[in-house]
Amino acid sequence: MPSADNKHVLRRLFLSTLYLSAFTFGGGYVIITLMKERFVDKLHWIEEDEMLDMVAIAQSSPGPIAVNGAIVLGYKLGGFPGILVSVLGAIIPPFVILTVISFFYNAFKSSFAIQALLTGMRSGVAAVILSVVWDMFMGVVKSRDWILYAVMILSFVLNYFLHVNVVLIILAVIVIGILRTWLNGRKEVRP
Amino acid sequence: MIYLQLFFAFVQIGAFSFGGGYAAMPLIQAQVIDTYHWINATDFADLVTIAEMTPGPIAINAASFVGNQVAGILGAVVATIAVALPSCIFVTILAVLYQKYRKMTLMQGVLATLRPAVVSMIFAAGLTILIPTIFRDGVLSFAAGDFKIRSALYFIVALFVLRKWKPNPILVMLGCGVVELIIQSVIL
Repeated sequence: MPSADNKHVLRRLFLSTLYLSAFTFGGGYVIITLMKERFVDKLHWIEEDEMLDMVAIAQSSPGPIAVNGAIVLGYKLGGFPGILVSVLGAIIPPFVILTVISFFYNAFKSSFAIQALLTGMRSGVAAVILSVVWDMFMGVVKSRDWILYAVMILSFVLNYFLHVNVVLIILAVIVIGILRTWLNGRKEVRP
Repeated sequence: MIYLQLFFAFVQIGAFSFGGGYAAMPLIQAQVIDTYHWINATDFADLVTIAEMTPGPIAINAASFVGNQVAGILGAVVATIAVALPSCIFVTILAVLYQKYRKMTLMQGVLATLRPAVVSMIFAAGLTILIPTIFRDGVLSFAAGDFKIRSALYFIVALFVLRKWKPNPILVMLGCGVVELIIQSVIL
């Protein structure tokens, strides 16, 4: 990793995350693949194995995966200034785009064409989300793990019918997850 | 104070969305619609549509959009910083401590248990988009005037096309929008 020309690294880092964030459609997993392509395969600033570990951190932390990926990358290549620079790069494009759209949304919401377009598109986005949910649901079903089934059913009932705070549900499930992992670990230690 | 509310709401969205992608959606809905009533269910559906069609994570998109709607550009800045802040703290700590916890079995165990909860909460958020889209007044009712037949048809056809041919979701959404625009232009 180059350190003598630190400014060059920071600038490269900023421009890379800015570019990836501005032109990547399709969510965090796609952007992380592109980060690997750029920093491992093209620039050779990071080893392949280390990149895999960084991806694991980005995916298992809370928050947007693209931002998490930018943070591990920034930390690895430029320390704390690197984090600042790469997070800004990741955030600025969606911020600017959505700010502009928000302005036009208010101005054009009452227009006939936009109104009709959005009406149709709402059906489309509902289909997209439920299709993704179906794939995720089948993933859980395939686990054949009754605790996961129970978590899925209970959290739906609590969230959708009883309107329990989403954060509380997540915290409760985190506790269940910690207990399970701990108990499984003990089982492995004492066969 | 509105900026503090925005900050507090979006810090929670950043801190508790595990799993990327749509995982932030139920949290955004809980804060932005249910708790603070900043936007209604229809605007939320539009926000998700817009987020789907633009680059960037849905949580950042939502922070910039809602911040702007509620408190202008400064509100957008506050909300966007707030939503990224938990990531900055959590991921930095993990990155620093990583050598110690190389295998992260606990982290992986927790995530595996969280996944089914995230699935059902995304499903619930999807329903809050679907129901007002298909039913007038957002209430399940199959009486003649309460049911938007065209919207329901778009939904069914879009879902079929998505499952059958796995096209780019943006094209499917745009397709629904364009068909509705043509129909409204011709009929009205």
